[in-house]
Amino acid sequence: MREVKVVSNAATHKRGFGAVLWDYLTTVDHKKVAHLYLFGGGFFFLVGGLEAMLIRIQLVKPNSEFLSNGLYNEVLTMHGTTMIFLAAMPLIFALMNAIIPLQIGARDVAFPFINSLGFWLFLFGGLILNCSWFLGGAPDAGWTSYAPLSTTSPGHGVDFYVIGLQIAGAGTLIGGINFLVTIVNMRAPGMTYMRMPLFTWASFITSILILFAFPALTVGLFLLMFDRMFDSAFFDVSLGGNAVIWEHIFWIFGHPEVYILILPLFGLFSDLFSTFSKKRLFGYTAMVFATMLIAFLGFMVWAHHMFTVGLGPVANSIFAIATMAIAVPTGIKIFNWLATMWGGQITINSAMLWALGFIPTFTLGGMTGVMVASVVADYQYHDSYFVVAHFHYVIVGGTIFGIFAGLHYWWPKMFGKILHEGMGKLTFWTFLIGFHLTFFIQHFLGLMGMPRRYSTFAPNQGLDLGNLISTIGAFFMAFGVIVFVINVFYTAAKGEKAPDDPWDGRTLEWATASPPAHYNFKQVPLVRGLDPLWIEKTEGKGKMTPSEPLGEIHMPNPSILPFMMSFGLFVAGFGFIYQVDNKAWLAVVVIGMGITFGSMLIRSLKDDLGYHITKEELEREAD
Amino acid sequence: MSHDHSLNPETMPNEPEKATLEGKNKFIGFWFFLGGETVLFACLFGTYLALRNSTAGGPAANELFGLGLVFIMTILLLTSSLTSVYAIYHMKNNDFGKMRLWFIITILLGFAFLGCEIYEFTHYIHEYGFTFTSSAFGSAFYTLVGFHGGHVLFGLCWMIALIIRNGKRGLNLYNAPKFYVVSLYWHFIDVVWVFIFTVVYLMGKVV
Ligand code: HEM
Ligand SMILES: [Cu+2]
Repeated sequence: MREVKVVSNAATHKRGFGAVLWDYLTTVDHKKVAHLYLFGGGFFFLVGGLEAMLIRIQLVKPNSEFLSNGLYNEVLTMHGTTMIFLAAMPLIFALMNAIIPLQIGARDVAFPFINSLGFWLFLFGGLILNCSWFLGGAPDAGWTSYAPLSTTSPGHGVDFYVIGLQIAGAGTLIGGINFLVTIVNMRAPGMTYMRMPLFTWASFITSILILFAFPALTVGLFLLMFDRMFDSAFFDVSLGGNAVIWEHIFWIFGHPEVYILILPLFGLFSDLFSTFSKKRLFGYTAMVFATMLIAFLGFMVWAHHMFTVGLGPVANSIFAIATMAIAVPTGIKIFNWLATMWGGQITINSAMLWALGFIPTFTLGGMTGVMVASVVADYQYHDSYFVVAHFHYVIVGGTIFGIFAGLHYWWPKMFGKILHEGMGKLTFWTFLIGFHLTFFIQHFLGLMGMPRRYSTFAPNQGLDLGNLISTIGAFFMAFGVIVFVINVFYTAAKGEKAPDDPWDGRTLEWATASPPAHYNFKQVPLVRGLDPLWIEKTEGKGKMTPSEPLGEIHMPNPSILPFMMSFGLFVAGFGFIYQVDNKAWLAVVVIGMGITFGSMLIRSLKDDLGYHITKEELEREAD
Repeated sequence: MSHDHSLNPETMPNEPEKATLEGKNKFIGFWFFLGGETVLFACLFGTYLALRNSTAGGPAANELFGLGLVFIMTILLLTSSLTSVYAIYHMKNNDFGKMRLWFIITILLGFAFLGCEIYEFTHYIHEYGFTFTSSAFGSAFYTLVGFHGGHVLFGLCWMIALIIRNGKRGLNLYNAPKFYVVSLYWHFIDVVWVFIFTVVYLMGKVV
């Protein structure tokens, strides 16, 4: 019943592929879950990028017939859905998993089992979505899947969207709860809330957004599923349904979602600017409260996506003003970042380059945001390429730049090797130039009347050159990403071994080994202020004082059950999708749910108390 | 290796559900989860409110609902919340037997509620031809009330699993948080029902 296992020193002997695979399938170690999120999210980022290239190739010239109209709709839908749910979010989760416990001085996350379950749900949800390509067609109603377009879309494309996102969304929700509890309960002694690094703070607030936004998506997807698969009438006007309900529910989720995508990176940039400027973050308290304010307002503004629906002038005005208000805390942040660098000893490396590139790029996106938030003007911008330009400036210029910055910054901590600087800089510059080539011109295309989501445009309307430039820019970005992928492989093979603290860091993650031992900290550190490692360095000690004597460490057991639970839902998903054609598929639902519930039952009936690493063993391990 | 958390009245801490870090994590994590559940039900309520008069010529709320049955259901569920309070009270006093007894009573009340609900739904379907697919109102009604019913069923399965699993070994600091958390869940379901009673049934009768 009680398992007390002695850990063998795994690092000393080489293990076969099968053992490594099994290790990752069953791991509950947050650092390995981070690797999984990174490779899962990275894979989907490449898929989404490929889809983006297809879109831009189609639009390189007027009346192009590279993609059929139907296929264009599918590629467009899958590009948006993949990038937001299967690339950006998991990559952010990769960073959070790798770093949050280290930054707060914790040995683990609060729920290691649930953490790995979250990953597998995301992966299997993403796989379901992409299976649609091979099984009769991908979803084609846009990543927003507005009814009645989505309810009447023929074939099973949208069904894959509904089921895939439902499963992946559940994974995100439990991941968010895990981070919340980890940060509330597992902070090291002395790590008060107002001493937490900004990345942890922002992830905390983001997790609250996840907690309150994702259930709305859950409901929306259920309603859509019921309408498509079980003939309910939520969005069917002939039976009294109302399609605007979908829009409300989707954006009640969808607007906070864009802040879920940006806030963690705001936090990361704060850490980065202060590290590479050798200065304490300017306006720490203001940064924390600005983050909270942005999060709060993020929930209050969803209807700015619906100005043209006809909610009336009162509603439109309220939502417009609330939306514009977000620019204030965002502005505070921008000024604080600049002030952090002001007079600092600035190091410019590839991580810092991404952060520096982010500031002007994101600011432009914020400015067009205020423009689209103006109701009267939005009647012109709405559903035009102008909006496409706006949200790419914020999502790519904020989230994707941030993820690249974070990867260059934390790669040594995650993998023990430093990414190649030259290739890092090449990635940055080609991506940055390509990005602005691609998207800046789209503002003007939009103003000239080019609508979004159309598979082609007519010649001689002033749109030809702009679209050509845009496509050329996209190739630059693709080149940058390819260089990054080469960099990853190169670093894995030949990269230089990273020291524990390669950037002369300030926060606790740099007080651990690179990569950290599976228990993170041999002795939990004692935190004496903001930037705890920096305090110890300036006081001449250079390393953290332990807050406890060396003692045994409690660790969770690995488990295959998270994988099995998610796999069961994956199987059941196909059953749900195809029972519309033939009721016999309900058998597959039963089998799939059987696997899931069976695994859940095993989980609850079998106590899993974990194991202990003994004190002697810790003493044996060299420092 | 001090993972033996079994208790006797002397070693029983004041709040056994929060005495270990695992327990504390469960406790707080579950409150967060309930926050998410609140949004879930809020969206369902919003949808229902928007569609409650969209009957598409089919039966409307005030023709369907009979407050007698709903009143009984409310009593059953509210009482079950009370009995689960008793169960937790006995848990805190380290009286496993009494705790189990009150949980069993809670489960029975929950099943009684569920039985009434099933009766109610079949009644609407057979007497009035009012189904999930007959109108937007029908879809919204069955979805909202059905989601709640699904939660009740899940809670019942959960309590049964806990009772069976821990039947022979009494209370310890490993399972006390589990019992505590299931009772929180049960109260939450109860609160949601109070809103359903008001928003669906009472308002359905009035307007
Ligand atoms: C000052 C800050 C911001 C303002 C004022 C703002 C305002 C707006 C408005 C009014 C729209 C709707 C335009 C329309 O459809 O007609 C919009 C769309 C959008 N925004 Fe923002 N926004 C801001 C920041 C952000 C951020 C930080 C993100 C993401 C990281 C973001 C992502 C998006 C996306 C994805 C869309 C398009 C959604 C779609 O229709 O598919 N925005 N924004
Ligand atoms: Cu928005």
